[in-house]
Amino acid sequence: MPTRDIDEDIKWAQINKDVLRSMENPRMGYWIAIAVSLTLLSFAVGAEIYQYNVGMGPSNLNWPHMWDLYIATFIFWIGMSHSGTLLSAILHIIQADWRKPIYRFAEAMTTFTLMTAGLFPVIHLGRLWNMYWVLPYFSDRGIWPNFRSPLVWDAFAISTYLTSSALFLFIGMIPDLSICRDNTRGWRKKLYTVLSLGWRGDDRQWRNFRKTYMLMACFLIPLAVSVHSIVSADFAMSIMPGWHVTTFPPYFVAGALYSGCAAIITLFILLRYFFRFEQYMTMPILDKTCKLTFAIAMVWTYLNLIEFSSIWYGHDEVGKELLLAKFNGPYSPYFWAMLFLGSVMPFTLAFEKIRNNIPALFVISLLLNVGMWLERWMIVTPTLSLSYHPFAFDVMWPSWVQWFIVLGSFGWFGLLFLVFVKIVPSVSMYEVKEMIFHRRHLANKDIASVMHRRATDDGSMATETPGN
Amino acid sequence: MSLKNILEDWSKYRKGREEGGFHEYEHMWGMAIDLDKCTGCNACSVACYAENNLAFVGKERMGKGQGMHWLRLERYWDEPDLGESTVSDYQYHGASFVPTMCQQCNAATCEPVCPVAATYHTPDGLNAQVYNRCIGSRYCSNNCPYRLRYFNFYSYYEEAWPAPLNMQLNPDLSVRDKGVMEKCTFCIQRIRTGKDAASREGRQVRDGDIQTACAQSCPTKAISFGDLLKMYDPSSKVADSKTAGLWRKHQVQLGKTKQNKQTADLRGYRILEGLNTDPCVMYLERVRDV
Repeated sequence: MPTRDIDEDIKWAQINKDVLRSMENPRMGYWIAIAVSLTLLSFAVGAEIYQYNVGMGPSNLNWPHMWDLYIATFIFWIGMSHSGTLLSAILHIIQADWRKPIYRFAEAMTTFTLMTAGLFPVIHLGRLWNMYWVLPYFSDRGIWPNFRSPLVWDAFAISTYLTSSALFLFIGMIPDLSICRDNTRGWRKKLYTVLSLGWRGDDRQWRNFRKTYMLMACFLIPLAVSVHSIVSADFAMSIMPGWHVTTFPPYFVAGALYSGCAAIITLFILLRYFFRFEQYMTMPILDKTCKLTFAIAMVWTYLNLIEFSSIWYGHDEVGKELLLAKFNGPYSPYFWAMLFLGSVMPFTLAFEKIRNNIPALFVISLLLNVGMWLERWMIVTPTLSLSYHPFAFDVMWPSWVQWFIVLGSFGWFGLLFLVFVKIVPSVSMYEVKEMIFHRRHLANKDIASVMHRRATDDGSMATETPGN
Repeated sequence: MSLKNILEDWSKYRKGREEGGFHEYEHMWGMAIDLDKCTGCNACSVACYAENNLAFVGKERMGKGQGMHWLRLERYWDEPDLGESTVSDYQYHGASFVPTMCQQCNAATCEPVCPVAATYHTPDGLNAQVYNRCIGSRYCSNNCPYRLRYFNFYSYYEEAWPAPLNMQLNPDLSVRDKGVMEKCTFCIQRIRTGKDAASREGRQVRDGDIQTACAQSCPTKAISFGDLLKMYDPSSKVADSKTAGLWRKHQVQLGKTKQNKQTADLRGYRILEGLNTDPCVMYLERVRDV
C-alpha cells in the first residue's frame, strides 16, 4: 500500500487535465444515475401532490404521532451536512492538508444536504404555503414569530448555515472556476467568466482570497456546531421523556459528523471509481477518513451510553419506562439495528484490511448511514408512542406516502450532486497543487527547516540560507 | 407575541404564575370534575361535537387515531389481580371514566414551542388557539403531556356535514380546514357571549352566567365550570364561583396537603401535576369501597 497521501511528482498541467476531463462527456453510468434520481424524485413529487391535496392523513400521521419520518429525515440530512464543514473548515484551520483533494465534494454535499433538509419542514407542515410565517418579516399588524420556539431558532440557524456554506463553497472554488474559464468554450466559457469574478491570480487577489477564506472558515465552525445543537433543541427543549435530554446537543453534533463522514466515504468511492481520480483520492486519504469516522463513531457511542445511564440512574420513571420500551417495545428491532449499525459496525474500520477494501468500505459506509437514519427515527417515534398519558399510547407505522417522500429526497440530493460534478470541478485543483508544492518542499530537509521558521524564532534564522 | 411584548413585558410574559409572572387576568376559567358522579355516558363528548363544529371522521380514521374529539372519555380498568390476597374484580367495579379536555394549563407547555405563537394565553386564563395563525408544525401536540390537541389531517367541511346537516353547524365559531391544530376552548364562544351580555347590562359576569356545553349536558352534574380567579387572587372583583369553592374544599395541593382517611374531602387532583403545568381542571377522585 502506498504511504504517501499524494504523488508529489504529478505535473500541474496533468492535474488540470484530469480534473477538467471529469466535467465533460458524461458516460452511460452518469445518465443511468440521473434517471434513477429522477425516478425517485418523481415518486416523491407524486406523493407530495397527493398529500398537498388531501391533507396529512394519508401519510398515516395520527394522534399522538404528529411527527414521524419527515422530521427524522430532516435531522438526518441536516446532520449529513456537518462533515463538509468539518473537512473544509476545521481541518483547514488545523492545517491537515490531506483534506485538500476531497473537501470540494464534501462541501458541495453540505450545501445540497441542507437544500434537501430544508424541504422537509415545508413538506411536514399542513399549510405549507404559510411556511414564511416563521420568519420575522415586518408586518403592519406587528405580528412576530414566537422567539421562544426552537422551531423559529431552526429557521434562523438553517437559513444562515445554508447561506454561509453556499458562500464558502463558492469562495473556495473561484480560483478553480478561472481555470475552467481559461480552458472551455461556448456556454461554459460564458458561465465561468461570470462565476470566476474576474480572477486573474495576482498577488493582491490571493491575499484577499486567503483572508476571506480563513474568515469564512472561522465563521462556519461555531455555526455548524450551533445548527445541530439548535436542531437538537427541537427535542431537548420539550418536556417529553426521551427528548428532554441534556446531552442532546453534543449527541446530535456527534451523530451529524458521524453520518456525514460515512457519506463522504460513499461519495469518495463513487467519484474515485467513476472519474478515475485514483491519483487524487488516494487510499491513504481514504484511510484517514475511515479513522476519523471510527473516532467519531466512538464519541457517538459514548454519548449514547451517557444518555442511557443518566436516564437509568435518574428519577424520571417515565423516561426509564421509555428507555426499556426502546429495547423491547414494538420499535425494538429498529433500535437494536441502530445500535448494531452505529456502534458495532464501525469496529470493522479498525482493521487495515477492510480499510483497504473498497467494495467492503462502500457497503459499510452505506450501512453506517442506514444506522444513523434509524437513530433519528428512534429519537422521534418511540417518545410519541409512549409518553406520559397512558390513554395516548399508540404504535404507528408510516405509510407509503412518507416512504416515497423520504426516498425521493435521496433522488433530489443525487440529482443536485450529479449536476454539480459536471459543472464544477469536484477536486480542488489549486489546493491539490498547493498540497503537492508543500509536500515537495517538506520532502527536502533543508527547505523544510526554512519553511518551519516561526515568528518567534530569533533573527539569526532569517539570515540562514537553505543548505546550512 | 407583539414587539411591545418582547421589549416591555418580556419577563412577565415568559414567567409562570408561581414565579409572579401573572398576566393581568380578568378571569381564570376552570373546572372541577367529580369522577364519583361520572357515569361515562359520553353526553359531554356528544355535546362538544355539536357545540364546537367538530368533524365526524368516520370509523376507519378514528381507528387510525385521526379523530377530532376535543373532549374524550378515557376508560381505565383496574388490574384484575392486585397481588397478595387482594384480588380486585374489575367486572364488579367496572371501568373508571375520565372525561378529558384541554386542561388550560397556566404554564402551558404547548405555548412556548409554537413557532408562530398561534397558541397563547388570554387574559381569561385560557390557552387559546388561533386557527388562522396556525401553520401546522404540530409541535404543540408533541409537547402536550396530556395529548389533548387534535390536528385536522383531512379537510372535513365538505364531507362531514352533507346537506342538510350543514344547517346544524354552530354559527358562533368557524369550521377548521385541513392542516390546523385545534383543541378544547372551554366553549370560548359562550364565554364571549356571556361577557358581552354582562357588559351590555353594565355588570360583572356572575357565577353561572356561562356554561360550557359539556357541563350543561352532563346528566349527573359531574362537571362544574366557573371562574377560579377569586381563589387565586382574593382582591379581584370577579364573583366567587361554585367551582372555586370545590377547589378550595377538595384540592390536594402538591407538597402541601395530603389525602388520608381523616381528610376524606381532599380528593381533588390535577393530572400529571408534578410536571408543573398548573392545569385549570381538577378531578375529584372516585371513592370506592375496596
